[in-house]
Amino acid sequence: MRKILVLFAHPKYEHSEVNQVLLNSISHLENVEIRDLYELYPDFNVSIQAEQEALFQAEVIIWHHPIYWYSCPPLLKQWIDIVLEFGWAYGPGGIYLKNKLIMNAITTGGSDHAYSSEGRNQHPIEDFLLPFEQTAKLCLLQYLAPFHVSGTHQITNEQLSLKGKEYHDLVLHLRDAPSINRPFRSKQLNS
Amino acid sequence: MSGFFANAVVYILAAIVCVPIAKRLGMGSVLGYLLAGIIIGPYLLGFITNEGQGQDIMHATEFGVVMMLFLIGLELEPKMLWRIKDLILRIGLSQILLTSLIVFGIGILVQIPWQAALAISLSMALSSTAIVLQSLKEKNQMNQPLGKMSFGVLLMQDIAVIPILAILPLLVVQGAQLVETDPEQMHGLIDQLPGWAQTLSIFGAIGIVILLGRYGFGPLLNFVAKTRLRELFTASALLIVVGISFLMELVGLSPALGAFLAGVILANSPYRHALESDLEPFKGLLLGLFFMAVGSTINFTLIFNEASTIFSITFGIILIKALILLILGKIKKLKLSSNLSFAIGLSQVGEFSFVTYAFALQLGIFSQSMSDTLMAVTALSMTISPILMVILDLTILPKLDRNEEKKEQKMDDVHEKNKVLLIGFGHFGSTVGRFLRASGVEATILDSDPERVEYLRKLGFKVYFGDGTRAELLESAGAHEASILISAIDDREISKVLVEICKEEFPHLEVMIRAKNRMDAFELMDMGVENIYRENLDTSIKMGEDALKKLGFRAHTVHRLAKQFHDYDEASLKVLVNFKHNRDEYISKTKQQIEIQESLISGELSRKFSVNDHTWDSESIKEAVKSEIGNTKGEERNRK
Repeated sequence: MRKILVLFAHPKYEHSEVNQVLLNSISHLENVEIRDLYELYPDFNVSIQAEQEALFQAEVIIWHHPIYWYSCPPLLKQWIDIVLEFGWAYGPGGIYLKNKLIMNAITTGGSDHAYSSEGRNQHPIEDFLLPFEQTAKLCLLQYLAPFHVSGTHQITNEQLSLKGKEYHDLVLHLRDAPSINRPFRSKQLNS
Repeated sequence: MSGFFANAVVYILAAIVCVPIAKRLGMGSVLGYLLAGIIIGPYLLGFITNEGQGQDIMHATEFGVVMMLFLIGLELEPKMLWRIKDLILRIGLSQILLTSLIVFGIGILVQIPWQAALAISLSMALSSTAIVLQSLKEKNQMNQPLGKMSFGVLLMQDIAVIPILAILPLLVVQGAQLVETDPEQMHGLIDQLPGWAQTLSIFGAIGIVILLGRYGFGPLLNFVAKTRLRELFTASALLIVVGISFLMELVGLSPALGAFLAGVILANSPYRHALESDLEPFKGLLLGLFFMAVGSTINFTLIFNEASTIFSITFGIILIKALILLILGKIKKLKLSSNLSFAIGLSQVGEFSFVTYAFALQLGIFSQSMSDTLMAVTALSMTISPILMVILDLTILPKLDRNEEKKEQKMDDVHEKNKVLLIGFGHFGSTVGRFLRASGVEATILDSDPERVEYLRKLGFKVYFGDGTRAELLESAGAHEASILISAIDDREISKVLVEICKEEFPHLEVMIRAKNRMDAFELMDMGVENIYRENLDTSIKMGEDALKKLGFRAHTVHRLAKQFHDYDEASLKVLVNFKHNRDEYISKTKQQIEIQESLISGELSRKFSVNDHTWDSESIKEAVKSEIGNTKGEERNRK
């Protein structure tokens, strides 16, 4: 059983039905720790010590957040900036994250079509996640294909509960599967 | 024992020994001073050889009472005074008239000449401003209904001194000889003037005080303040009080009243606090001496010889006064416990009667023995009433409060059933309440100051009158339905009571308590309170933060420092609380904590941040890059 760390960042969680469903679907699971960053650090003073300890214990890390302006909410960026220290997460001696798995679990208002070369955003979502992918690689993390809930503005309850189930199953898979095959940019597991 | 220094040593030593003991026993300083006076007086240790000496000191130190009224005046703005005019006139006047009437009736019954009976009854109606106000202040009750009522009554009594002194000469028994006539002592220059001129000069004197207060003292103090000589300022403060007393004495008015008037007029002056702090020690010292003098004048020989007479008169007068006050308190709807404190508190005969007895003796209204007996009664009543107060406070009130909670629960029907109970709506509580309200959370607010309640209700706040420290009121305010109780009271004792009540009756409530300081917080932590808010922690750190910014620090850096400092301070509190019981250890731990705090923050500064925080700090990366370049160059060189 792997230890899973969900780093959840949403500045207005109480208004996000989609993320509530997603989070509720995994909140009761054993060996899954959810760190609600906006609840822990309303003043952006992220505790490096506490975060690094949590990271150290985890085997699978999930950055769970909505996409705002093609990136994560600012507190998660703050988290990345100050927790992934030189000499700890990367650089000489920075080996503490080595070979752990990491994945983005994201929600977007735009549909799958909007995030395609024909769509409004002109690029697939994976292109926008490039900074996260590269961050992970620099920290010697294995970056997994993202879990993506798209079109959240129009999502129906049925679709949403389906997505919740899917997230739940994925987390279970990451926790329990003997080996995990979820290479980046391979959509087959999602569909 | 003679000589100034010897006397001074005796008095001061007695005070230093007795007052702390009295305070430790929960008796208040007044009783301590009185006991000290009795101990050094002629009947115990005999440092003061006779009552006459004690009386001299008493007269000299009566000035402390004058100062106290001046200081009280300073804290009362004219507007405030106007607001309690009802209290002063109705309650105060009825107290004086009723008490005098009954005492007069009894006097006639026991066949004292009516003139003497009237003089006695008027003197005995008055209570001791010194004793009552001092103990009210010590118990922090000045702003409670009980304190206001007491103050109103005392003020009226001080005003009543004027007509009483005026009436006494009219009572002179025709044909009776004036015993040791000494007009200079009691009356001033205007005695020889005809009645209309006397009246005129009285009003003139009051006018002068008001005019001086408005236009004279301000410029004087301003002028003196500019010299920056502190002792000169103190001297001016003394001059004001002494001068007014002199003026009042001159026209035969109560100096205390004049000083009070001047104080009220100066209450709005910018020098108010400076005056307060300069006069406070004088007042304290003089009052202490005054009480000791009272204690030393108690004529124990007389008391032993005529024990039954004197004790029955003393307890009789205390009973009469207390009963009348009880009735008045009832009419004014004081709750029973406050009413008892009010009645017993004011039940003694006041220091002013020493003056009237002496005056009446001179005028031949009293015989010497009558005067001696009355003096003994007065001094005894001044000693007994504080003792009664202690008994009341320790035994009856705690029980009563409990009973009262059950039956007298009609204060305010609180209909609200909110999630938050907010106790205390002063500066602190109102900010909390406004913020909650702005966020859409209505709290049920309780406040025990009726005026504030009324005022805030006019502003549209839902504030309820009631003492938050009573379980039943909390219950009717919805303590069972609420989830959070916020105490914004600045009185630590009340806060502690509140915590106890919540622990016993409403264990489900999340209790959030305002604490004054670290020590306060420790006590609350000991009681198991988890949510403690030191009232100036955040503000002072914010202030430091802004100061650092003004010195050129980057705002965000300072902000992070401040947050770290704050967290550190809170964390160190939790460490320190374990050591506070062992005092020595606590001190060293405190020092240690301070050192850690200092080194922490200076470390932060010299490293541009904290020891463990290299956030946004590229120094180490640069170094690593440099050595990497060095390595590759070396490799290249090797290859060559």
